[in-house]
Amino acid sequence: MPETSAPARLSVRKTYKLFVGGAFPRSESGRTQLVDGDNVALASRKDARDAVGAARKVQPAWAGATAYNRGQVLYRVAEMLQGRRAEFVALGVPAAEVDAAVDRWVWYAGWADKIAQVHGGANPVAGPFFNLSAPEPTGVVAVIAPASFLGLVSVIAPAVVTGNTVVVVATTPQAAITLGEVLATSDVPGGVVNVLTGRPAEIAPWLASHDDVNALDLTGVDDPELAADLERAAAGSLKRVIRPTTTPLDFTGDPGLRPMTALLETKTVWHPKGF
Amino acid sequence: MTATSLPTGDLRSALHGLPGVDKVGVEARASMLATRSIKTTAKAQAIDLAIRMVDLTTLEGADTPGKVRALSAKALRPDPADPSCPPVAAVCVYPSMVGVAAPVLAGSGVHLASVATAFPSGQAPLDVKLADTRDAVAAGADEIDMVISRGAFLSGRYDQVFEEITAVKEAAGAAHLKVILETGELGTYDNVRRASWLAMLAGADFIKTSTGKVPVAATLPVTLVMLEAVRDFRARTGRQVGVKPAGGIRTTKDAIKYLVLINETAGPDWLDPAWFRFGASSLLNDLLMQRTKLTTGHYSGPDYFTLD
Amino acid sequence: MAAAHPHHEGNPRDDMFEYAPAPESRSVVEIAPSYGLFIDGAFDAGKDTFKTVNPATEEVLTEVALAGPEDVDRAVAAARRASGPWSALPGSERAKYLFRIARIIQERSRELAVLESLDNGKPIRESRDVDLPLVAAHFFYYAGWADKLAYAGFGPEPRPLGVAAQVIPWNFPLLMLAWKIAPALATGNTVVLKPAETTPLSALFFADVCRQAELPAGVVNIVTGAGDTGRHLVEHPGVHKVAFTGSTEVGREIAGSVAGTAKRLTLELGGKAANIVFDDAPVDQAVEGIVNGIFFNQGHVCCAGSRLLIQESVYDEVLEALKRRMTTLRVGDPLDKNTDIGAINSAAQLARIRELSDVGAQEGAQRWSPPCELPDHGFWFAPTLFTGVTQAHRIAREEIFGPVLSVLTFRTPAEAVEKANNTPYGLSAGIWTEKGSRILAVADKLRAGVVWANTFNKFDPTSPFGGYKESGYGREGGRHGLEAYLA
Repeated sequence: MPETSAPARLSVRKTYKLFVGGAFPRSESGRTQLVDGDNVALASRKDARDAVGAARKVQPAWAGATAYNRGQVLYRVAEMLQGRRAEFVALGVPAAEVDAAVDRWVWYAGWADKIAQVHGGANPVAGPFFNLSAPEPTGVVAVIAPASFLGLVSVIAPAVVTGNTVVVVATTPQAAITLGEVLATSDVPGGVVNVLTGRPAEIAPWLASHDDVNALDLTGVDDPELAADLERAAAGSLKRVIRPTTTPLDFTGDPGLRPMTALLETKTVWHPKGF
Repeated sequence: MTATSLPTGDLRSALHGLPGVDKVGVEARASMLATRSIKTTAKAQAIDLAIRMVDLTTLEGADTPGKVRALSAKALRPDPADPSCPPVAAVCVYPSMVGVAAPVLAGSGVHLASVATAFPSGQAPLDVKLADTRDAVAAGADEIDMVISRGAFLSGRYDQVFEEITAVKEAAGAAHLKVILETGELGTYDNVRRASWLAMLAGADFIKTSTGKVPVAATLPVTLVMLEAVRDFRARTGRQVGVKPAGGIRTTKDAIKYLVLINETAGPDWLDPAWFRFGASSLLNDLLMQRTKLTTGHYSGPDYFTLD
Repeated sequence: MAAAHPHHEGNPRDDMFEYAPAPESRSVVEIAPSYGLFIDGAFDAGKDTFKTVNPATEEVLTEVALAGPEDVDRAVAAARRASGPWSALPGSERAKYLFRIARIIQERSRELAVLESLDNGKPIRESRDVDLPLVAAHFFYYAGWADKLAYAGFGPEPRPLGVAAQVIPWNFPLLMLAWKIAPALATGNTVVLKPAETTPLSALFFADVCRQAELPAGVVNIVTGAGDTGRHLVEHPGVHKVAFTGSTEVGREIAGSVAGTAKRLTLELGGKAANIVFDDAPVDQAVEGIVNGIFFNQGHVCCAGSRLLIQESVYDEVLEALKRRMTTLRVGDPLDKNTDIGAINSAAQLARIRELSDVGAQEGAQRWSPPCELPDHGFWFAPTLFTGVTQAHRIAREEIFGPVLSVLTFRTPAEAVEKANNTPYGLSAGIWTEKGSRILAVADKLRAGVVWANTFNKFDPTSPFGGYKESGYGREGGRHGLEAYLA
């Protein structure tokens, strides 16, 4: 008998499904697309509907958690993402970008209990009244994510740290769903972040016109005509819209407050003062 | 008018004149008391006391005479393997099942309670509620658990609620009257305090939190507010009224938290089955399991206790 | 007092609710036989030492180095060396060090809570449920600011001051350390901190936390000692900032000593807070708030509600409820999970509480305590209230810093405000009423840095804390807490 070395061990492949309501379902449509050799789920409008339902269901509880608690949860995301750094690198995300994404989660974790302090406060009205303005989340945010991993984190984190819940349409399925796995193991309540992998041009219109979505982030839309169409659809229920930038996308700098404030409502409370 | 020195002529001003309850404060106090720890030797006595306070309850549409007979037998001897285990305080059933339980419990000292007055909604004409009550008593119930009309209470028709309670009290005769406030539907602790006083002024022997048929049943803070009410009511009138949390109390740990609450709020006078009851079903088996753990030194499992 | 209830044989109810003892395990903390100074990232032995004792038993816990002037010199020099590189780090990197510290504190919180109760005498329920969670939260909060200073409202490029000299008291040893160190580090300063003479241990354990977090050497230095060590530190020419929490008397001395220098100064000093109960208050919760206000941490709280002002129309009702509630307070072993009131921190503090209480009685106020058996060893004082107190009594004017409540009355809101403000202090105040407009109007008129309405003794890292008048100046906590450490 000819001498043979032991056969190389066959690896177990991961199945990339959707991330909705804290679980990883297949698309109800049964469709997949081939991306880099993997059959990844191709989400449908009904998946979008289910994702909005999941996001809406958990939104009051997520917004009702203390800011401190939300900050802790986001910091936990950073910890878990750091632990799976190699996995993202293996998926082709540059190591420096994974590191930047970890730091981005840390940055936003710190905002949880500070955004109200720099974006709200007492108003000295001319009368015997206590008058205080404080930010509150707008609700459910639909996000068309940019292709880069740091971009993906940079659109999700500001939405959720402020108490919103999100439905993300991602075009980089493996990294996005792996991020979903990070979130699923980070004390983030199921439904706070929902990830749909598929074609934005197919799903986004359903999200843009969905009456139970409060805001639409078009950062990842690179087709100006599609962006305009989506903004028009969003006008139907007066969604808050974040338009795509006109300059090339760059997520490496200080994001500033706008990604958060764009998804906040300001509530002002009046109360008389008197013995 | 019942045997109290308080005027009920203007119920609204009496009830709205009670001091308010601060939600955050009462919940903080209840959760602080829940951290109290009972040492092992006292725990055994706490468990036996809790068993003696259980109103062993079955209130299902699917109740049958067989089920009620089995439950009544269990009430008398909760742990057939251990004769030192005390019986529970009472069995609590629908009026149609009173006649089934009565012969089993007769002469045992275990009371027979029946829900009446169109339990659980309270949405029936008064004469139906009174007939319900009389039937239950006639069949052998010596305790009546009535529900108040939450609709009437919430719309401010306090006189109507008061009159219903006095009428049921009269119909119940010698039977002890427990008045269910259904605190999960009252919405605020202020309302819990007002409903407690309303029931006591109308002659309730016990005030009880819940039917167990709405999503929110007994909680520690609600029971704390009710214990403050019976404490203050006795200080004002000299009459002692009992408290019965019901629904949602499933573990020994929970039950002991309630005992601590009694001890530190109303005081040790209420640490007695005559003045405090647990409306529960699955609680009993957990008490028995913990009791066995204390006796044997190792954990037991549900397979070792009867399911009734 | 519950612990002193006569024991009736054969009555199961009394047996059952002798909750105690339910001791927290002491084995989670290992105390070494001696501790040195933490300077430049390492422990070194000082020349002299002093002992720290468990105030509940008078047992010596360990020996601690007594830092002399040359030790303080070394610590300041180490902090100065570390200052440049530390302040040059990107804020996001400093943030991650602070997050690490916060996480390590969370993971070691039971150990640190037991240690704090041993060294300080406070009940484990408080060190476990209040002190330690707040310590971790404080580091988390300021960690988040480290890379966001440009958003804090102190200019586009706020700069650190350099080296902060920090002196903290014995009432909340680790929490006061957190209040001092977290904002200082977040803003890029380095620190030399002196814990109180009677409670040095948690600060020394914190030094170990810094090592675990791999914090660069010299960023945090801990020098232990008494008043002299503190004086050397705050008067050291090499420090840029002095932060002190303690008595008004010492605060005054420090304010004098930094006069004429370029040092920045914040002071968090004494208080004599009014806790005002109106006739429409939620009585049961007000009573809880009164009890919490004065008996929390044995009354060793600068913002304690030590003057109770009750509206005359509800005086009898509130006082009766308060006395009833006080009889359920459990005084005893700080490590017992059921203890409400632990040991007085030191013999000296006990003597001061006794002296002022005796003065109260001599001046004609009526003294009352629930029946109470106190342990034979250690430093103990029964919860006490004085009725018939007037504004002229010393117990209505001087900070007792113990479990002693002075009860006064008022008739109208204006009178309540007048009495509440009639003190050189201005740290905190409490208001109890169901009427919102009254809360806000009274709060407006109170000259106090923190006003609690329908609650008391609430602390949060996001919320600024500090006093008016002789209660000090500067704020700790919140966005405001950054200001003291920024140029």
